[in-house]
Order: sequence, then structure tokens, then C-alpha cells
Amino acid sequence: MDIHEYQAKELLAGFGVRVPKGGVAYSADQAVYRATEIGGSRWIVKAQIHSGARGKAGGIKLCASDVDVRRAAKELLGKTLVTMQTGPDGLPVHRVLVEAALPIARELYVGLVLDRKRERIVVVAHPHGGMEIEEIAQREPEAILREVVEPAVGMQAFQARELAFGLGLAPPQVSQAVAILLGAYRAFRELDATMVEVNPLVVTADGQVLALDVKMSFDDNALFRRPNVVELRDHAQEDPREAEAAEHGLNYVALDGDIGCIINGAGLALATMDMIKHAGGEPANFLDIGGGASPDRVAAAFRLVLSDKNVQAILVNVFAGINRCDWVAQGVVQAVREVQVPVPLVVRLAGTNVEEGRRILRESGLPIITAGTLAEAADRVVAARNAARAA
Amino acid sequence: MSILLDERTPVIVQGFTGDKGTFHANEMIAYGTNVVGGVTPGKGGATHLERPVFNTVKEAVAATEAAASLVLVPAPFCTDAVMEAADAGIRLVVTITDGVPAQDMMRVKRYLWRYAKERRTRLIGPNCAGVISPGKAMLGIMPGHIYVRGNVGVVTRSGTLGYEAASQMQALGVGITTSVGIGGDPINGSSFVDILALFEADPETDAVMLIGEIGGPQEADAALFVRDHMTKPVIGYVAGLTAPRGRRMGHAGAIISAFGDTAAEKAEIMRSAGLVVAPSPAELGSTVAEALARRPSPRVMVGR
Repeated sequence: MDIHEYQAKELLAGFGVRVPKGGVAYSADQAVYRATEIGGSRWIVKAQIHSGARGKAGGIKLCASDVDVRRAAKELLGKTLVTMQTGPDGLPVHRVLVEAALPIARELYVGLVLDRKRERIVVVAHPHGGMEIEEIAQREPEAILREVVEPAVGMQAFQARELAFGLGLAPPQVSQAVAILLGAYRAFRELDATMVEVNPLVVTADGQVLALDVKMSFDDNALFRRPNVVELRDHAQEDPREAEAAEHGLNYVALDGDIGCIINGAGLALATMDMIKHAGGEPANFLDIGGGASPDRVAAAFRLVLSDKNVQAILVNVFAGINRCDWVAQGVVQAVREVQVPVPLVVRLAGTNVEEGRRILRESGLPIITAGTLAEAADRVVAARNAARAA
Repeated sequence: MSILLDERTPVIVQGFTGDKGTFHANEMIAYGTNVVGGVTPGKGGATHLERPVFNTVKEAVAATEAAASLVLVPAPFCTDAVMEAADAGIRLVVTITDGVPAQDMMRVKRYLWRYAKERRTRLIGPNCAGVISPGKAMLGIMPGHIYVRGNVGVVTRSGTLGYEAASQMQALGVGITTSVGIGGDPINGSSFVDILALFEADPETDAVMLIGEIGGPQEADAALFVRDHMTKPVIGYVAGLTAPRGRRMGHAGAIISAFGDTAAEKAEIMRSAGLVVAPSPAELGSTVAEALARRPSPRVMVGR
């Protein structure tokens, strides 16, 4: 799960990470009020969306007066911002962050990640901030500093000092950076984050070290014990179909193709999509219906797949383990009767009680195309899609 | 022989008396697994499925000499159950549970290292289908009837894709020594490499099928291990050719976020390390059968 920049800054500030003075605003009036509250004569108005690269997309504005702040907030609020990371549809801006603009002397990069190879939290730092870490890794991999955290004892002060000195900071800034690094680590650990990125970490002209921009992501599997994180969820930043899928215990990811997929198991879903591509088609979605494929869940899956207007044929592929094919077949038949399915439907069942499952499909009188193997299923659904296109 | 598990291995179920525990314990017993009891804190002293229930794993081990455990407790309590089993001296723990926090996994793996190698616990999972040695025993939730006993080892991240491979192999008369699901999470108890090493050392296994997916470094690590340390042919497949970057595809670990994470990159790394890569998921069984026919190992020749 992702959260907004202003939310991440509030969380991190609670762990002793210094951030610029600022506040969130939902309207232009509120933005001006925030600017007055902050004081000073220069402010930054930043669009709050779940994406980086906002600056290049025009989502960050420097303002030198109340009038500027009002104009910037008006322009951003209600707009859909398209960045290099959002995809062509972009994301809606419903909130802006107003902050004091700071005179910046140096920009640095700090990131904490859950490293899958080392199976540890790793703190990464680089003397040049502002760029994406992938870009840094390509351009100057030798300048990347890393500290691997031992999970039994957590991040130690010496590790933070090594990073701070490694970044070339002067002693007065080192102690400030150490506090930020240790605070960010504690936040990562105690909130079950999967990523905390401070990019850039800045040194101001008067020697202050602050987190100028931050990003945090959280482990979905740990949300059950982080109610304060769950509260920060912003549904407006999420794909509505994926949110609806999650409510039904389904796992859905929209794609660009025209063959809808309803499959049990994530690995089999990925493999079935590969097979569709192999047969000359393009999958419209990833959809894992999970273990217990009840008729309600199958019906919800059909509705979800059909809500994508590009879909011209549907493939159901279920390998029943704990499930039984006859139950799955009943679920499919009931769902097809309940939900109007205006496109060709191919169903492949395998595993426990497969004969009984196929009999139920056959005797339903519904126009269901059946397939025995994965290859057959993919071939038939691509052929059905081609016929539907030609018609 | 098989790896990890056979018909003699004494097995307990943690979370024995719950719905899931009851259902899967029954299936495992019906398959022939030597289930000697189970653990549900607070229900010790009871009898369930004609077997004793214990409050703690230590009591269960003392009374039954259990050597392996299937953990079917909910995610918030899963790693606690794994550590309890490790502390009681259980040598093999398989956990099916989905949704275990990544940092819990990080810590539980660190915890397992506190025991000397001679008594250290091997953890398989979480978020996997378990382990089956066909015709002998099953420590998991798979449909046993699709597995035939034979000479191919299978190691897979995905449960259902593992079933697909097993049934394709069954249709071609190719059997399995042991099939191991390592699970779809970013940090799992045992890696592909851990299981490949066991298959390499198993005299009955003549070839190995390795089924990976997008995300993470484990498939590439496995490919290098095959190149440097294995004599047996390994047939690989990586699911997720059509997966976009940065999107989590069902499994918590199935996300393309770094170089080498895509299916195409992983398949290429496998090929260059000398693995045979199945051209499509419909050819998992046939690629294994061809590899066996092409490279009959001396062991097979002697055995026949």
C-alpha cells in the first residue's frame, strides 16, 4: 500500500525525521491559509498523488506571494496529473502540500528497502539526490553506499555515521543526518514498510539537514496490525476495479489486451496469460479467484472482467485441488445465468472430479466452449476472439 | 528415495483442530502420511481424527517423536508457530499460510540460525502448496491423485502451476520423486537453490523441473547453481511474459521491480546457464520427457 508525501512526512516526523514546515490543503483558500500559517515569503505547492516525477509533469510550483499560492492550488486541485510513472490515464489531484521553500546547498539520496536477495533491510545512500535510484544505479553504481541491517538488533548508530560521513557531510550535519537515518529505520521497522525513500535529503544554505521529499510503501500482509497506516489509504489513487476485486477476495490487474481471464492461482494465471500470448492473443487482465471458488465469487469475477469494454472473449481456467471441478462448474453455470456474458466463453477444468464438472457444463445448455488442456484452451479462446472480431 | 519426506516421517499438524487443519489432516492421512497427532493450544488432552492433541509442540514431540510439522495457523501467528516448532526440535516445517508479513519472515529465518546445523529446522513456505513424495506421503494441500511416483524432482513457486506440471507429466507417464512448493512470497523459508541441492544429492532423482515466476533474484541464483553445482538435467520455466512492470501479480513476490525480474530475462539467464527452458506452459511435461529421453543418466540404465 502507498501513501501520500504529506502523510509520509507526518509519520516520519513522529520518529524524529526533520521535514520542512508545511501542511496539506484541500482547497485554494486552505492553501493560502497554510502559507500564512507557515510564514516567510516563498512557498512550494506540491500536488499529492501516488507517483514520483511530479516536478517534470508540472505538479510542483514555487510561489512568492499569496496570489501565487492561490493560483497554484487552483490550477492543481481537481486536475489529473500524468507523470512518467502514472501511465497515460494519470492520477487525480485532490490535495496539495504547501511547504516553506528552502535555500538548498546540497541534495542527497537516502532509501531503505527490503532487499530480497539479502533478506534484510538495506539502507542505500548516494551523494547525488533528486534522481531516481535506478538512474543512479546505472550512471554511478560505484558511488552507492549500502548498510545491511542485522534484524536481531536493528540499525546501529555506527552504520548511520558511516553513511553520513560517506556522503561527505561535515560533522555538524553528520549528527543531524544520523538522527534522520535512525528515525527512518525505526519507522520502517515499526510500521512494516517495504520502502522508505528520502529523495532528496537536503542540506540547506544555513546548514540544516531535512527530508525534502519522501515516499513510503507498506507491506499489505502486515496491514492487519497497522491500523494507523490503513487509515491513510486514499481510494481515489487506486484503480476502482482493483479495489472492487479486493472486496470480493479477488486479485485483479487490468492489462491492455482483449481476452478476459478468470483463473485460480497466481502462477497458473500468469502461465495461462503466457499461453494466450503464445497462441496469438493478448490478455485483458490478470485475475486470480483463489482457492474457494464459490458461485458468488465466480459471478463477481465475470462482472469485473466484463466491466472492461475491450474484452472480446473470456477464458476460465481452473485446476481444482482442494476445490472440486463439479463445484466450480456449478459456479460458472450459475454466474453465466446471473451475469449476461455477451462474448464467447471458453472453460477449461482440470483436477478433482473433472468428468462431473464437464458434464455439468455440457448439460447446462449454455453456449460454453470447453477445452481439455491448457494449449487447447488458449487456442480456442484466441479463435473465438478472432471470430468475434470478424463478426 | 525421495527428499524431505517419506511414508515413515512422523508428522504433526499445528492448527490441528480448526476447519483447515481437520480437512487437510484427513486428506494427508488418506494419502498415507504418518500423521501422529497435532497441536492446538488449549485443546491438549483431546483426541481428534483418532490422534492425540497437544497444547505445545514440545509435548507433541516428547509423546510422538514427530519430525515434521504442517503449520496451518493464521498469518498473524504463523511465524510464532514456526519458531515453536524449531525450538521443539522439529526438523521440517511446511507452512501453507498466505499473508505472512515480510519482516516476520526476515526475523524467523534469522531465528532458525540460532540452532546448530545438526538440529536446525528446514522451513518450506509460507504461501505454498507443500511437499509431496508421490505414493509415500504428503505434507501439504495438493490433490494427491495427479502425482505419479517416478524419477523427476519438481520445485515450484506456484501451487496450481505445479499441479499443471504434475498432470502434464502424469499424462505422459513421467513420475515424480518429490514435488516441493517454495511459495510465492518475497522471502521464503527455502529457496530454489536449497531444494535443488537436495535433488542433486538424491539417488532416485534423475532430472529436475524448476518452475519460477517474475520478481526477485531466486530464479537467476538457481540457474547459476545448476551451472556450477549440478550434474542432473534441469528443465526450467518462468511464468509471467505478459506481466507489466511494478504491478503485483497475485503473489506478494510476483512484481517486476529490478533488472532481471522479468520472465524473459530470467528465461534467458536459465538458458545461458545450461537449463532447458520449456517453450510454453503447455509443454512443461513434454519438455521434461524429451530431456529424460535425450539424456538417459547412467543410473537409469543400471536400474533397468
